[in-house]
Amino acid sequence: MGEAAPVTAWASDFDVLAPQYLADPFTIWDELRTSCPIAHTERRGSTWLPTRYEDVTAIAHDVDHFSSLQVAVIPFQGQAPAEPVLPYGLPPISADPPLHTWTRRLLLPWFSHRRVEGYEPMTRALCSGLLDRVAGAGGADAATDYAQQIPVRVIAHILGVSPDLADTFTGWVSDVLEFADDPERRRRGVQGLLQYFTTEMAARRATPGDDLLSELLRTEVDGAPLDDRLVLGQAILVLIAGVDTTWSAIGSSLWHLATHAEDRRRLVEEPGIMDLAVEELLRAYSPVTMARVVRTDVEFGGCPMRAGDKVLMNFPAANRDPAIFERPDTVVLDRAQNRHVAFGSGIHRCAGSNLARMELRVALEEWLRRIPEFHLDSSDVTWAGGQVRGPRRLPVVFG
Amino acid sequence: MRIRVDPDKCQGHARCYALAPELFAIDDYGLSTVVGDGTVPPGLEGRARLAIDNCPEFAVQEVGATGD
Repeated sequence: MGEAAPVTAWASDFDVLAPQYLADPFTIWDELRTSCPIAHTERRGSTWLPTRYEDVTAIAHDVDHFSSLQVAVIPFQGQAPAEPVLPYGLPPISADPPLHTWTRRLLLPWFSHRRVEGYEPMTRALCSGLLDRVAGAGGADAATDYAQQIPVRVIAHILGVSPDLADTFTGWVSDVLEFADDPERRRRGVQGLLQYFTTEMAARRATPGDDLLSELLRTEVDGAPLDDRLVLGQAILVLIAGVDTTWSAIGSSLWHLATHAEDRRRLVEEPGIMDLAVEELLRAYSPVTMARVVRTDVEFGGCPMRAGDKVLMNFPAANRDPAIFERPDTVVLDRAQNRHVAFGSGIHRCAGSNLARMELRVALEEWLRRIPEFHLDSSDVTWAGGQVRGPRRLPVVFG
Repeated sequence: MRIRVDPDKCQGHARCYALAPELFAIDDYGLSTVVGDGTVPPGLEGRARLAIDNCPEFAVQEVGATGD
């Protein structure tokens, strides 16, 4: 991958991997929203970028025109194999109805409110253990020492796979999502995930447990077991969707608290606003952008969208739209009107939203209990973007 | 005050249940329904308003309010 040409016109030639977009997409969205609310680019194929809440949510609900068969923000390069290993993709995220509908119902109970309450004690113990390791030091990298370590282990627990492989899982997931523009790394991540879960499925079939993977292997639909390739896709989805996303949300929230002392102190002094604060941090720093592919030619918002064009579901920009949110660029921890769409909108609402919300709340509660005072060590913070935005290096000093 | 959840709009975000667990019930798929006939007990009007104002799908509604 060579150096991309710098962006000179965001409305007609945007690049979600440009350094300026990674560092501060908010200013770019604000300008687009008033000048050209649905931007376009030919980079990585014809792609549209809506920035208004109204447009993003309307497209999310219009599943007749906008398909989820291609949800990767950075498209896969190279030719598709004649016989794909995952003919169903990663359902339900990369599926349309009717496949979407029934495969989603297989996963949802694992992430229900009731089930997620059961995962809370292990999440709290996990956070506490991570803090034991760093609390005695004068500082830590809040991204790599803490945020990154939490969701992967919770997801491993739910899938029934070894938490000892957490770093390996994290590596594969970032190969697939964060370094998607590097074909070699992406291939490595995909191969790692496929091989690992193929082996795990064989092991689980021989010795079933009470985990999600075993349950999928036991599941019958219309009297027949699920196709192995569908189970493989669902297992890979749960890992990919549950790791980068949530640790980015935890990292961004800690970045905000490290740089906004008044909010940090307020959250320590008023723990009762934590539930609202979690939603507000999700709104202001929504990590996830998904994609859709245009099914048939359609004019949307005055834009001539052609079959095969991509549309980036810019939920992060929707959540900063001043038409919907008062003072959208200010974090108001107890914001009372907050219809944010950090978890999407419509039939593809994040299936793991209850889990992500719990993990973010517990991660912040435990951190603030042990480390109520902290600030950035330096400006040496790096941000990843594209499909998932969040800090990848976040050095902080305690006290 | 009385509230309802539009079953055609609810997508299981569960924001209402998180904000006002006294007023809503959710199933294992995240779909929300009001407790009883949706009449909000005295003192819980604020929570009901929060649930309405935080639903990303505009599914939680006040019965008898404009547009109902």
